[in-house]
Amino acid sequence: MAKPRTQIPAIKKQLPKSPTGIQGLDEITGGGLPKGRPTLICGGAGCGKTLLAMEFLVNGARLFNESGVFMAFEETAKELIKNVASLGFDMRDLTARKKIVLDFVYLEPIEIEESGEYNLEGLFIRLGQAIDSIGAKRVVLDTIESLFSGLPNPHILRAELRRLFRWLKEKGVTAIITGERGEATLTRRGLEEYVSDCVIVLDHRVADQISSRRLRVVKYRGSTHGTNEYPFLIDEDGISVLPVTSLGLQQIASTARIPTGIPRLDAMLGGAGYYKGSNVLVSGTAGTGKTSVAVLFAVSACSRGERALYFSFEESPSQIIRNMRSIGIDLEPWVQKGLLQFQANRPTFAGLEMHLMTISKAVNAFKPQVVIFDPLTSFIIGDNENEVKMMVMRLMDLMKINKCTTLFTSLILGGSSSEQSQLHIASLIDTWLLLDDIEIGGERNRGIYILKSRGMAHTNQIREFLLTDHGVELRDVYVGPSGVLTGSARLVQEAQEKAVQTLREQEVESRQLELERKRTVLDAQIAALRAEFAVQEIASIKIIGQEQAQEAQLVKERADMGRSRKADKALTKQKEPRNENKPNQNRAA
Amino acid sequence: MKTNPTRTGQPKAGPVKAKSDTYVLRLYVAGQTPKSITAFANLKKICEENLAGRYNIQVIDLLENPKLARGDQILAIPTLVRKLPVPIRKIIGDLSNTERVLIGLDLRPGA
Repeated sequence: MAKPRTQIPAIKKQLPKSPTGIQGLDEITGGGLPKGRPTLICGGAGCGKTLLAMEFLVNGARLFNESGVFMAFEETAKELIKNVASLGFDMRDLTARKKIVLDFVYLEPIEIEESGEYNLEGLFIRLGQAIDSIGAKRVVLDTIESLFSGLPNPHILRAELRRLFRWLKEKGVTAIITGERGEATLTRRGLEEYVSDCVIVLDHRVADQISSRRLRVVKYRGSTHGTNEYPFLIDEDGISVLPVTSLGLQQIASTARIPTGIPRLDAMLGGAGYYKGSNVLVSGTAGTGKTSVAVLFAVSACSRGERALYFSFEESPSQIIRNMRSIGIDLEPWVQKGLLQFQANRPTFAGLEMHLMTISKAVNAFKPQVVIFDPLTSFIIGDNENEVKMMVMRLMDLMKINKCTTLFTSLILGGSSSEQSQLHIASLIDTWLLLDDIEIGGERNRGIYILKSRGMAHTNQIREFLLTDHGVELRDVYVGPSGVLTGSARLVQEAQEKAVQTLREQEVESRQLELERKRTVLDAQIAALRAEFAVQEIASIKIIGQEQAQEAQLVKERADMGRSRKADKALTKQKEPRNENKPNQNRAA
Repeated sequence: MKTNPTRTGQPKAGPVKAKSDTYVLRLYVAGQTPKSITAFANLKKICEENLAGRYNIQVIDLLENPKLARGDQILAIPTLVRKLPVPIRKIIGDLSNTERVLIGLDLRPGA
């Protein structure tokens, strides 16, 4: 419950504090109410004073093992028990276990006559007895100012109240004193003069018929505290306060990437998709496919086994499921598997704070990795843009704390510049996709740009965005002399390009054929020449062989002749080299 | 009467008569402070003068019986509670203003 107090490191040097256990309030006050001192909580009727005080006691008893005394001056114990039971506080059990004492102080002015001086010793004794009976550490006096209407002589009362608060301090109990808001003062009887350690003001405002509650720590002696007005909520779990800037931008940025669910879009975003834990804004005019981008992102998370939480502010879950079937996406299985959860609420159903709280609760309960808000712009009613911006800022903080990758869709109204985000939250966004209508040749087509994407290389080009019956497709667009071409114009261009390409291909083919033909002719010529040569060679070899045979015959005949004439050997020897050389000479020729 | 009146410490007086017109008076004090002593003295005097023989005073010291403060919704000290006759009336203070005490006890018609 009590959040880490990183923003106030010097907590040890500060006052000892008594945690309220109320979500958010301990953050604002840096740990709770001043321990052992009285705190004044004031505000108009129905702003939640009694409840805050009661929750302080109940949490003390339940979470911090500090018992408490609730002294009611306006409601009877029975009424109180009933009233807080609706918030899940079982007072009967707590009183039975001696954790809490409820004491109803009843004053009927008609019954009372004053005669001479008096003091409030009876109240002191009564309170003291209640405190001692259970060893209470916490005390609530709700609303002690009603004593003024019940008892005469305000001078005595003032003096006695001052004494009471001093006495409470001496007792060392942490006390809450509630007070009704006065005309020009914080409380009707100026109690803030006496209770000056810590003053918290509650407020309840109605703007555009939607009410919102706010809390402000006016004063906290000896301690730093959040000074803003913080919205708070009362719901079935009691009070929760939402510190606007609770985290001082200290989140650790993840370098992990998470696919967008559209492969081509991943490619546009440097090939890997969004950063994990970043926030993505998809803005576009009506009917540009924002919801489809959102759903695809959720589906891709589900298909990885992650949980996706889808806040829809305009369509009911079944409507989204039906519509997504038309582009071939079936969400039903993921819903059944419990990976995809829808939360559909009309923005007007509650104030912004209430939405923020329900969102916060749903996120805490479901623990999603991916959260979708579709569309954010529907929160803008009238001129509450500033508040919505504040809410979105807190929403983003909330998501970053929870390490959710968040996708917001935002509707751009026709006529306004498409790059002007209606909420002026552009600077808070990590990745901003713009879906745009491109109107050419009597038709509208969708285009997608990446306006920005922090910390990653991304394409600066527009892609055509097609919703097909098998999901979303991104196509390159044609950039020609007449601008960007999409849709039919792109198809025409595609056809033309294809024709040109075919022509070129045919030409290349014919050239190749020609070359082949030439090669064949050449080969044939070479073969013919070679054949002719072979014939000649054979003939030549034949002639050579004959001549050699004749020569041999001649030599033989000469030898025979020599033998018959008895010639000397030297002569025959001289002739032999000449015979050997002859064939060589022939071959060379 | 739910709470059993406890008589304590202080001198108490008055003949006990169970008559219907008996005034049952309870004086809540916290210790023997000058104020409570004054209050008791004043009360005694007024009763003797106006209700002789028809009253019954119980003095309750909350320091000794703090739990009793709850029963009669006592905040201020001293407080005089007229238990009988009904309706219950309360008079706070040291009862120094006799006139107002008589009005408070319905012993004097109107103011």
